[in-house]
Amino acid sequence: MSVRVFLVDDHALFRAGVKAELDTITEEIEVVGEAGSVGEAVAGIAHHRPDVVLLDVHMPDGGGAEVLRQIRTKIPEVTFLALSVSDAAEDVINVIRAGARGYVTKTISSQELVRAVVRVSEGDAVFSPRLAGFVLDAFADRPGAAPISDPELDLLTPRERDVLRLLARGYAYKEIASELFISVKTVETHVSSVLRKTQLSNRYELSRWATDRRLV
Amino acid sequence: MRAIFAVFAAFSGVGIIAYALLWMFVPQSALAEPETDKDRKEWQQAVGLAALGIGVAVFTGLLGGAWSGWITGPIAVALIGAAVVWREADEAQRRRWRDGAFSQGKTGIVRTVAGGALVVAGVAAFLVVNDSVQNLSTVVLSVLATLIGVAVLTVPLWMRLVRDLDSERRARIRTEERAEIAAHLHDSVLQTLALIQKQSESPREVKRLARSQERELRSWLYGREVGELPHSISVAIAQACAEVEDDFAIAVSQVVVGDCELEDGMFALVQASKEAMVNAAKHAGVAEVSVYAEVEPEKVTVFVRDRGKGFDPDAVPEDRHGLAGSIRGRMTRHGGEVRLRTAPGEGTEVQLEMPRKTEART
Repeated sequence: MSVRVFLVDDHALFRAGVKAELDTITEEIEVVGEAGSVGEAVAGIAHHRPDVVLLDVHMPDGGGAEVLRQIRTKIPEVTFLALSVSDAAEDVINVIRAGARGYVTKTISSQELVRAVVRVSEGDAVFSPRLAGFVLDAFADRPGAAPISDPELDLLTPRERDVLRLLARGYAYKEIASELFISVKTVETHVSSVLRKTQLSNRYELSRWATDRRLV
Repeated sequence: MRAIFAVFAAFSGVGIIAYALLWMFVPQSALAEPETDKDRKEWQQAVGLAALGIGVAVFTGLLGGAWSGWITGPIAVALIGAAVVWREADEAQRRRWRDGAFSQGKTGIVRTVAGGALVVAGVAAFLVVNDSVQNLSTVVLSVLATLIGVAVLTVPLWMRLVRDLDSERRARIRTEERAEIAAHLHDSVLQTLALIQKQSESPREVKRLARSQERELRSWLYGREVGELPHSISVAIAQACAEVEDDFAIAVSQVVVGDCELEDGMFALVQASKEAMVNAAKHAGVAEVSVYAEVEPEKVTVFVRDRGKGFDPDAVPEDRHGLAGSIRGRMTRHGGEVRLRTAPGEGTEVQLEMPRKTEART
């Protein structure tokens, strides 16, 4: 059974390009609908009930985060993969904290995009190297860091750090698995757990870090 | 607002003219009148107001005959008074933006008081005349007329004040931002697009131009200074990646975690990293190289990785010194280490590690 995908992007040209690429290179994915604005997206997603929404971050009227906010409470079973030209830390962290299961940039190759869509549809998380770097940075223990209130959510385990480092170095899940002598499934578990912490941790550092950070 | 005019319209259509008067004033607030034209303009306005008042009186007088001559005369007086007050409020508002404080001159006060007096006189005359002509209750009429007088004087004034201030400030901010964005896009994106059109036969050159413009635009959008001497390792690495991208028309994706000052050892580390990127660009036969740098309290580690051809380290000819000299030599001189992972067909990863000086730790 193919993964039903809904495209949200305010650039019609970009939507057409992604749709054409996905249609030609794979049978695994079926594009069931598309939208060019927040309002259209909310209505379209509610109507089509896709498995995965490919979500642009920058749009008028609140962008991808607004779509996430409106849909997540109504239809929690829809998963979101953020797809954006922006590499800004603030955008990346915000859309993840709003509930996206992953973040990839628009320069991603079509094959990699297919892999990423399938992965989030199976409930796993997708981290671009950039996102992995941001999360490592946000959870770093630096002098003067905020106190840990909930170790379960506010700290990464050493193993999670290892996985994130390899993701940031551009390793694929399979390569990470063989590097760390663990199974791909275990890598996926670690990444999902990091995603959960990134979304739920109330550590002051995390939100402040994203806004403070000037580096791209 | 419209309701007030509707009430006025009941009296010989004066409301319509008052509406027109207000309409005439509104667009003026958008014009930034030069200081030197002010006096002339004031005179023009005064003459215009008087002419309007007389015009109203004559016009309605002709329409309604002898009956309304007694009514429109006082109303025209009241109208001119109201117009003077409105006008003065408009001027005072402008002065306030200019001077940044609520400073109303003596003439301003005189004009406002005079306008108010005109209104009161007009309303009073209207009431006196009508009391003898019509058999309406004096109390009801006077209350109504006073209310209308006060409302006409203050409501439009406050609405205008709030709206003008807000829209003028917004327009100014928008204009400034637009000008800055336009200037930047012209210097950068438009120039690059022109270059790309000229170079369209060379895909390599087009790609290089597009990539370097993308980088430049990103740093402008997300606020990183370019072109200055790097003081921190993250900026230095970003610059090294940019140079390799430009020189070899490949994409270098870089991720930097943490940051630190760029002292001697770190400078050598960045140079060695750049050399590793250059090697990958030249020999690996790939379109993309990944760079990952992590700053830790006691050391900085950089990984330069490609998924290209790879090679057999033992089979590298003696005369090829790129790796041995530029990378290993540089690193060991500053107390760093180099590890190499590669095999034919397996891609290449160069791992560079440089300890941080104790006093430089942050």
